[in-house]
Amino acid sequence: MSIPTPTSGRGAARRRALIGRTVFAAPGLIYITIFMTIPILLVLVYSFFQRGRFGGIVWEFTLENYVRAFEPVYLQVFSNSLVIAGTTTVLALLIGYPTAYAIAKLPTRWRTVALVLVVLPFWTNFLIRTYAWIILLNSEGPINSSLVDAGIISAPIGFLYTPGAVIVGLVYAYLPLVILPVYASIERLDRQLIEAAGNLGASRARAFFDVTLPLTLPGVMIGAIFVFVPSLGNFVIPELLGGGKTVMVGNLIRDQFLEARDWPFGAVLALFVITLLVVLFALQAAISRRINGTGKRVSSRA
Amino acid sequence: MTLETPLLSISGVSKAYGDVVALDNVSLDIRQNEFFALLGPSGCGKTTLLRSIAGFEDPDAGTITILGSESTTPINLLSLPPNKRPVNLMFQSYALFPHMNVRKNIMYGLQREGLSKEEIAQRVDEVLITTGLTDKAAVRPAQLSGGQRQRVALARAIVKRPRLLLLDEPLSALDRKVRAEMQIELKRLQHEVGITFVVVTHDQEEAMSMADRIAVMHEGRVQQIADPVTLYAQPANVFVADFIGSGSLLHGVANQGSFSAYGSTFPCHNPDQIAGDAVLVLRPEEVRITAAAPTDNPLMVGSIIETHFYGGSSSTTVRVAGVDHPIVASHPGAPQYIVGDQVGLSWNPQSAVLLQVQP
Repeated sequence: MSIPTPTSGRGAARRRALIGRTVFAAPGLIYITIFMTIPILLVLVYSFFQRGRFGGIVWEFTLENYVRAFEPVYLQVFSNSLVIAGTTTVLALLIGYPTAYAIAKLPTRWRTVALVLVVLPFWTNFLIRTYAWIILLNSEGPINSSLVDAGIISAPIGFLYTPGAVIVGLVYAYLPLVILPVYASIERLDRQLIEAAGNLGASRARAFFDVTLPLTLPGVMIGAIFVFVPSLGNFVIPELLGGGKTVMVGNLIRDQFLEARDWPFGAVLALFVITLLVVLFALQAAISRRINGTGKRVSSRA
Repeated sequence: MTLETPLLSISGVSKAYGDVVALDNVSLDIRQNEFFALLGPSGCGKTTLLRSIAGFEDPDAGTITILGSESTTPINLLSLPPNKRPVNLMFQSYALFPHMNVRKNIMYGLQREGLSKEEIAQRVDEVLITTGLTDKAAVRPAQLSGGQRQRVALARAIVKRPRLLLLDEPLSALDRKVRAEMQIELKRLQHEVGITFVVVTHDQEEAMSMADRIAVMHEGRVQQIADPVTLYAQPANVFVADFIGSGSLLHGVANQGSFSAYGSTFPCHNPDQIAGDAVLVLRPEEVRITAAAPTDNPLMVGSIIETHFYGGSSSTTVRVAGVDHPIVASHPGAPQYIVGDQVGLSWNPQSAVLLQVQP
């Protein structure tokens, strides 16, 4: 064997590193290819063909499904969904950010406890938790009866089966998904940056808005996407807490596949949601890069 | 020495974290326009003291006062929140805002003072020139080298024109070459802007080469405050003698006019009338190497275990039977003996410092 030149040696090292990475990534890659990429490609293909009479696909090319998605009735559903998911996201951030901030400021051993408490609801069945809200918001439920007993209202308020109830349910369901990424970004923030702002004359509030908030914005955006996207696609909560009166994109897509048996149109609607998701993540990545300066990783400690 | 009121006066400051005492009754004064260094090994309390001055730590006891810019009555610093103190800190990690470019980083402190746009722009431009960063004004910290980041951190602090600038290990993140340049640069800037500098460092060479006066700290206490030459020539105790410069410490017992160690008695200079357990400090440049013959009157005889030639000077390490540490001698020129040679060691009793060992 010949003595390897430095260049070929380096090439071999790089090749070995690449093989190593591939081996480690293989299980995940295979899983994602089979259960995500292929279904999405199927959805994409379905969207360009005609519906079968009892579901399924008739293989005749058409753009009709896309045109139909822009009919006012569907646009109305989309805008409804955007408003509800948007409101949910804003509320979840307003509640989640201060919570995450408070947790990050706890002594280390209490942080873990607090984080476990945040994810604790996930260990209970999603349907049970949603039904609990039906009981809570009911006209005979604890909220209404205590308000009536306290004399604040004279008759029960119909909380249930309103867009408000849907938003309450969605905020409740996805709040941990805001708290966790925001917590991670606050916890990672170099404390000395806040001290530096104070040392340069910024009050604590000023330092928060000038330093903490902008530098935790990437985490905030991740949290926002984690809430916004599943809220948009959720169909259980609008049905149970909205009483089917509040139709969201999620319900619409489900109905196309299960009730109307119009797979191609359901596929188009699903693609819209996927596209929105991709755009939002791209936006998040771009903003994170801007904040940290030209994509290079910033080491806070030199 | 003038009797002017010190700029910063620290008096009886103590701080403990649980059982760990970080600062133990620290008192020191810092004069106007002085380059002052807090020097000590890590964990000696120097950073805690610096953070107490800046307002990021609350001392358990003691006072810290500073002279106001117009008044002659000192202001109680400890009663002010960090953002109201006329003191700026250059962080060890520089703590530059990664989401702001160089110019915005430097502007930040001036905007907090509510100055006019014109004044801010003018002062930022000035400091960009002073620190040689004009062409980097629009660049984010992530794109700068270590030395450039250090200059931005410095610019951000001095643009505020503080009464006192605190620097936490300002050069520790830089490599050796840049470090030497920045030492000169810092000294020049301090002269140019006329701000009092307080530097925290664990590097005695750095402190010795830059500071007018140095406070050596150990285990939360100030061991000695003096100018570099005095620290070296007249250390106040064994810790300072060992920490500052290099040298051999001989452990023994001091008597009137002499010092006994390792079964021998050496003449020594004992102005403080030290008696009992003591240490004799031999600086390498004070130790002379002679032939081992009794006619040369050596004070000790040993064999050479190492020689190093540095070009202009060399050092020779000698092991003396019965002495636990080898003794180092330095002298100009090339080594005159080789490893294994028996040589005599002698020194001028006037130049060897005798220190009392604290019981």
